[in-house]
Amino acid sequence: MDNTVFSLSQKRILVTGSSSGIGQQIALTCGDTGATVCITGRDEERLQSVYASLPSGDHIQWSGDLADFDKLDELVDVLFPLDGVVLNAGMVKTQPVQFIKSEDLDRIFDVNIKSTIILIQKLLKKKKINKGASIVFISSISTQKATIGNAMYNATKGAVNSYAKSLALELAPKGIRVNVVLPGFVPTNILNGGHLSAEELAQHEKNYPIGRFGNPKDIAFLVQYLLSDASSWMTGSLIPIDGGFSLK
Amino acid sequence: MKDQFFEKLREILEAEDKEISLDDKFRDYEEWDSLANLSLIATIDDEYGVVIPNDEFKKIETVGALIQAIETRMASL
Ligand SMILES: NC(=O)c1ccc[n+]([C@@H]2O[C@H](COP(=O)([O-])OP(=O)(O)OC[C@H]3O[C@@H](n4cnc5c(N)ncnc54)[C@H](OP(=O)(O)O)[C@@H]3O)[C@@H](O)[C@H]2O)c1
Repeated sequence: MDNTVFSLSQKRILVTGSSSGIGQQIALTCGDTGATVCITGRDEERLQSVYASLPSGDHIQWSGDLADFDKLDELVDVLFPLDGVVLNAGMVKTQPVQFIKSEDLDRIFDVNIKSTIILIQKLLKKKKINKGASIVFISSISTQKATIGNAMYNATKGAVNSYAKSLALELAPKGIRVNVVLPGFVPTNILNGGHLSAEELAQHEKNYPIGRFGNPKDIAFLVQYLLSDASSWMTGSLIPIDGGFSLK
Repeated sequence: MKDQFFEKLREILEAEDKEISLDDKFRDYEEWDSLANLSLIATIDDEYGVVIPNDEFKKIETVGALIQAIETRMASL
């Protein structure tokens, strides 16, 4: 079997939100499989420690708030031309619909979708995305199966899914592919603001037919595939990865 | 504060005439669910301007203890 088709060797990849959780693992997996990566996040200390865990190479790190749209030019300027982009940075705000506040709505849309749309536009304008590149969005299974309190978050991720499909269509003539990953529950820092107790979490885990929540590596391996040449004919796909959660 | 809080709780539980007392363990109400849980936290923030940290909130069992936690935080505002 030709395993080299799964390799990311020689590829240069941007992973947003790679200072922790899923994005951190995606960056490390890319590094381990031969890619040169650009990692980003606001927390410089955590970003530095991810950088230090990468295999040696010409990797770069950029720290800043992606919702500070003017600063995105700085990021685009320091970047090498890209063979892969992983739009992973994101936040959660749990609030029942009756309690949604306009400032929270603005913030979560800025971080989860607007920053992405603006960043992609800037990357394309500055010709930082190579022909044949692969763009991967980290959305959520919650766009397929709703959960209480996540309306704002789900609305942003639904926007991600729709935007990604339009992008896939417009970029296909350049040979640039765009796909979306829909993870189920992966315990990471994003859940720190959650309202579930350990017992409630254990109860929720029973909704996963595979018998466990995901871990960042589960997601990173799928992303690796989507970034690699093995997935050359895939574009515009929304791919659930959720231990069977959405089956029930 | 007590009566106003009881009224808010009834609204959250969508149980207009519910008997509520300070010793009630609110998570044991038959109307209690995850939406009620989130709505209670949001109501405390909206109505009293205080946020009870998650870890502390999870440990509070009774309506009375919850009111006390809100009052303590309001006093230190
Ligand atoms: N964990 C799950 O169960 C789950 C399920 C489905 C989808 N997802 C999605 O997976 C992605 C990664 O989440 P995670 O679970 O790995 O959470 P996480 O550990 O909190 O990671 C989020 C990452 O995004 C960065 N980030 C957040 N807001 C940012 C901002 N305004 N500007 C720049 N960077 C920002 C964070 O970096 P700094 O804090 O350093 O800025 C961090 O690196 C998110 O898009 C999330 O919606 C997660």
